[in-house]
Amino acid sequence: MADLLRALEVLNPGLATTVQDQGRFGYYRFGIPQGGVMDQYAAALGNRLVGNTAAEAVLECTYLGPQLRASADTVIAVTGAPVEVRVNGTAVAQNARFSLAAGDELSFGVIQGGTKFFIAVAGGIDVPEVLGSRSTYPIGKLGGFEGRAVQAGDVLPVGEPQASTLPQLDSVPAELLPSYDRELVVRIMVGLYDHKLTDEGLRNLTEAEWTLTPVADRMGLRFDGPGAAWRQEEQPFGAGQDPSNITDAGYPVGSIQIPGGTQPIVLHCDAVSGGGYAQAATVISADMDLFARMAPGPKCALCR
Amino acid sequence: MTLTEHARYSWGGDEFLVVEIAPDMSLEANFVANSIAVGLEDRALPGIIDICPANASLLVRFNPDELAHDELERTVRELETEVKKAAVQELDTRIIEVPVWYNDPYTSETEQRFREGYHQRPEGSDLDYSAEVNGLANAEEFIRRHHETPWLVSMVGFVAGLPFLFQLTPRERQLEVPKYLSPRTDTPPLTVGIGGCFTAHYSVRGAGGYQMLGIAPAPIFDPGQTLADFSDFMVLFRTGDIVKYRPVDEAEYRKIQAEVEQGTYRYKQAPVRFSLAEALADPDSYNRSLLEALNG
Repeated sequence: MADLLRALEVLNPGLATTVQDQGRFGYYRFGIPQGGVMDQYAAALGNRLVGNTAAEAVLECTYLGPQLRASADTVIAVTGAPVEVRVNGTAVAQNARFSLAAGDELSFGVIQGGTKFFIAVAGGIDVPEVLGSRSTYPIGKLGGFEGRAVQAGDVLPVGEPQASTLPQLDSVPAELLPSYDRELVVRIMVGLYDHKLTDEGLRNLTEAEWTLTPVADRMGLRFDGPGAAWRQEEQPFGAGQDPSNITDAGYPVGSIQIPGGTQPIVLHCDAVSGGGYAQAATVISADMDLFARMAPGPKCALCR
Repeated sequence: MTLTEHARYSWGGDEFLVVEIAPDMSLEANFVANSIAVGLEDRALPGIIDICPANASLLVRFNPDELAHDELERTVRELETEVKKAAVQELDTRIIEVPVWYNDPYTSETEQRFREGYHQRPEGSDLDYSAEVNGLANAEEFIRRHHETPWLVSMVGFVAGLPFLFQLTPRERQLEVPKYLSPRTDTPPLTVGIGGCFTAHYSVRGAGGYQMLGIAPAPIFDPGQTLADFSDFMVLFRTGDIVKYRPVDEAEYRKIQAEVEQGTYRYKQAPVRFSLAEALADPDSYNRSLLEALNG
């Protein structure tokens, strides 16, 4: 395999494994989302462990990880949601660097919290950049590995490992690991169309406890709670009849819409770039990673 | 101008500025949003990540480490004032002819899968319903009204390359229809639909809540950039583009698809300078002049 010196062969793809980097910026005006890893911090830790810059592409795994075979000696690290990591069936430490010899197989157990973990490899996953990014945009069949989640039989190219000037880090110190608590507080900034909510609706949004439902993915996350009603007012021309409708506008990443006043939806990195639902608040950028660390069920406060 | 004196400025977290020119849709509001976007692009402020003009608003993404939020707001407010007091309000743009097979079997099949629980009128078709709520005699009448005047691309977004279009005709003659009660989980790619006062042209297969009118034979999002019209970029439409729909039958739909397949298809188009004042003063004769530019 002289022409494929470094590669990871996919034996089993897992539930939804995609190539992601830090994201694709500058094309939102055309409806192309930023994409990128859902937990930037956790993925950056993985890249740091294997000597990459934070910009290298990793594999983002959802709930059930893939089974991969290395085509050459390779350096790997797995970060993010707590999960048992196995090499040829034997457990190895997560959040630490380890080596795979040519022919070694990497597989995973069941995650113990959150939804996403990340596989970083020295040199990065070397798919071509599209519009300045290696992130996968599945709806547009763009970027990543052939614009889609990986499938059994795919051979993922791995780039040339770079010489890093940073001190080598063998494992992540415990105090720097992300938290996967069952209760998370997300900080939001009220605004955009919050004036269209009733007073009680705004209080509910910012003071009540909300529970993440299973309707959650890279596009958006739907929460259950007491509801947040919109004012019954005459709707402007072009906006649509429901009080939660607006004349179609751009959606900030992290903005919170409440269609029909029932369940708040937080838009994440693959969300649609615009539409006709009013947004009442936006998650601050520093807290966007938390959504990859929540599993459905725990209480979550949206705190102003 | 029927606009309020000042737009409404609001912040989406620490990285987004939203400028609502007006809560309701109008050609004037769209023109202001687009013109501010062009002006902001020209200023090339460091720290601007994306400028997204929308129907009656503008979304700006910025890096707060490189650009202070108050400096961004000050710049956009200056541009708003400039745009609103400009004596001549024009946009250099183009008019594009888009073939559509109205009342086609693909969207008809899809809408029949999404009637009960999704649609206001489960028994009929989207076209019949759209005609009825606009007080028109039948689907044919609705189709004629849809393609007889040009539309302005007032926003691009939702998914890759999807345009929202606003009809260039006085408000009392504009078509307006409700969206589905609950969005479909499937829409054929290149469906042309209408919701509220907007036409949307679904660039890829996926969810959608607009009433479906027909299907187009040629792509508007071409990630492989195989056709000449996409040699510069994979998305066809820009805000400010003007679209004239042309009804085609099945034979012509298939013929155009074959040209797309062979990589030879070109959209018919012509450059135009869009004048807001002329468009508002006498829409009918202004539309005729736009069509003359297209048809040479």
